[in-house]
Amino acid sequence: MATKASRSAARVMMAPAVILLLGWMLVPLTLTLFFSFKKYLPLRGDKWQNGLEWVGFENYSRFLSSSSFWPAVTTTLIIVLGVLIITVCLGVLLALLLDQPMWGQGVVRILVIAPFFVMPTVSALVWKNMFMDPTNGLFAHLWRFFGAEPVAWLSEASLPSIVIIVSWQWLPFATLILLTAIQSLDSEQLEAAEMDGAPALKRFAYIILPHLGRAITIVILIQTIFLLSIFAEIFVTTGGAFGSRTLTYLIFQRVLESQNIGLGSAGGVYAIILANIVAIFLMRIVGKNLDT
Amino acid sequence: MARSVTSQRKLINTGLAWLIGLIIFFPILWTILTSFKTEAQAINDPPIFLFFDWTLENYAIVQERSDYMRFLWNSVIIAGVSTLLGVMIAVPAAWSMAFVPSKRTKDILLWMLSTKMLPAVGVLYPIYLIFIELGILDTRVGLIVVLMLVNLPIIVWMLYTYFKEIPGEILEAARMDGASLRSEILYVLTPMAVPGIASTLLLNFILAWNEAFWTLNLTAANAAPLTAFIASYSSPEGLFYAKLSAASTMAIAPILILGWFSQKQLVRGLTFGAVK
Repeated sequence: MATKASRSAARVMMAPAVILLLGWMLVPLTLTLFFSFKKYLPLRGDKWQNGLEWVGFENYSRFLSSSSFWPAVTTTLIIVLGVLIITVCLGVLLALLLDQPMWGQGVVRILVIAPFFVMPTVSALVWKNMFMDPTNGLFAHLWRFFGAEPVAWLSEASLPSIVIIVSWQWLPFATLILLTAIQSLDSEQLEAAEMDGAPALKRFAYIILPHLGRAITIVILIQTIFLLSIFAEIFVTTGGAFGSRTLTYLIFQRVLESQNIGLGSAGGVYAIILANIVAIFLMRIVGKNLDT
Repeated sequence: MARSVTSQRKLINTGLAWLIGLIIFFPILWTILTSFKTEAQAINDPPIFLFFDWTLENYAIVQERSDYMRFLWNSVIIAGVSTLLGVMIAVPAAWSMAFVPSKRTKDILLWMLSTKMLPAVGVLYPIYLIFIELGILDTRVGLIVVLMLVNLPIIVWMLYTYFKEIPGEILEAARMDGASLRSEILYVLTPMAVPGIASTLLLNFILAWNEAFWTLNLTAANAAPLTAFIASYSSPEGLFYAKLSAASTMAIAPILILGWFSQKQLVRGLTFGAVK
């Protein structure tokens, strides 16, 4: 079917997308790499037009040895792992529940999925002010109702608070994908196991969970890539204060707030390497799926 | 007897699922309710759920004080045009990869996906600098281009998986019947591709509407869409719950409605066809 003419036509049709993405990837990446080896402080009068001082790997070592680096790594890990654990565990349970016969299944699905469509700045602000505010937030009302001292969530427990907010946003995604995977499970197999008298817990552990393995892996990988770069949720809630500064936020502050471009670019290169490590695993799964 | 057991189980499932569904949905519901309260009622302790004096004044005030419509319009233009442009560029590419695959098709697809994995913060300054040099910082054009590029890999992937499902035999049959290439594309392929293209448009419009890294970092007063508008409520306006709620409700309502239609596409679009 594919003739020589159609092959060259195909190449022409692909060209715009390929060229645009190539430019989108290579140009900024090259610049980041270039700046990461330079001293570049625009606020102190450095201009790229005048040439920048070459400093070798100094930015890289300074970024690693700065006192905010390791706390940022820890914060990032806590947020990513916390959200992953919550969304995957609750997601599996919720998907199992939604797969059962019930009345109004369609409506419940919509209720569960809805948070995913709320823009990050709205969900962060609504949670921060209307739920987690220590004087007027709903949680404060609830705490007082039970005679407890209200918690200043975002300053006293900033990381758990952010994990709650982000988990609320990503639980629908995990649930929806796991639900799709459960629905593709051969129901005869389950019925057979049920007839043979396998209890529900065993059916879950030996049939459903293995079947979900791939979907869970995909949820973890995709979420990790997005969670490593969450930004708006921190930007509007704590602004990176109270120990909530992630790696992404630290780089943002270096680049745009303190305008230390060299240092921030070196951090950016680290972030790119980190994301690529996760991406390789995801791409392998997706690539395998393309063959079948 | 078996039937009564199952219907009892169905009842428990229903109750439990609705309870959890409502808990998850509650923050959104609460925001919508609060937007119709007065400021005093919004912070009342104990909280008032339904029996308050319903009012629309918050919506009027938000529009009047901050020119809400301008931000809404920016969101519509930026999300709409970037998605349309992206689809226009992606359709030919996905088309040729689905119908004239070569040895490199798979590599190209995976490479496109890899550009999506690039952490935005890693290239923040270069983009910022390029925007300043080109004079497109805080313009709609700039954001349209960036969001189009950010979503292009997803658009290509979604379209590719949809086009892949169109059986090649139908095309051959049309050709046998003497259809020209033009009528083949127009009358055979297009009708079959429309649902896929529509879903792709829908999901990517939602993603562009909610994008909150580039929109926050590359806009100020002129081109700011709703994401940035809401972020400006951070403090101290955010403590006026009723107004915050009204602004938030207006920002998420269109997308919640569109989102209902795109549940299925969400899975396909965000897992790159790895879960179907």
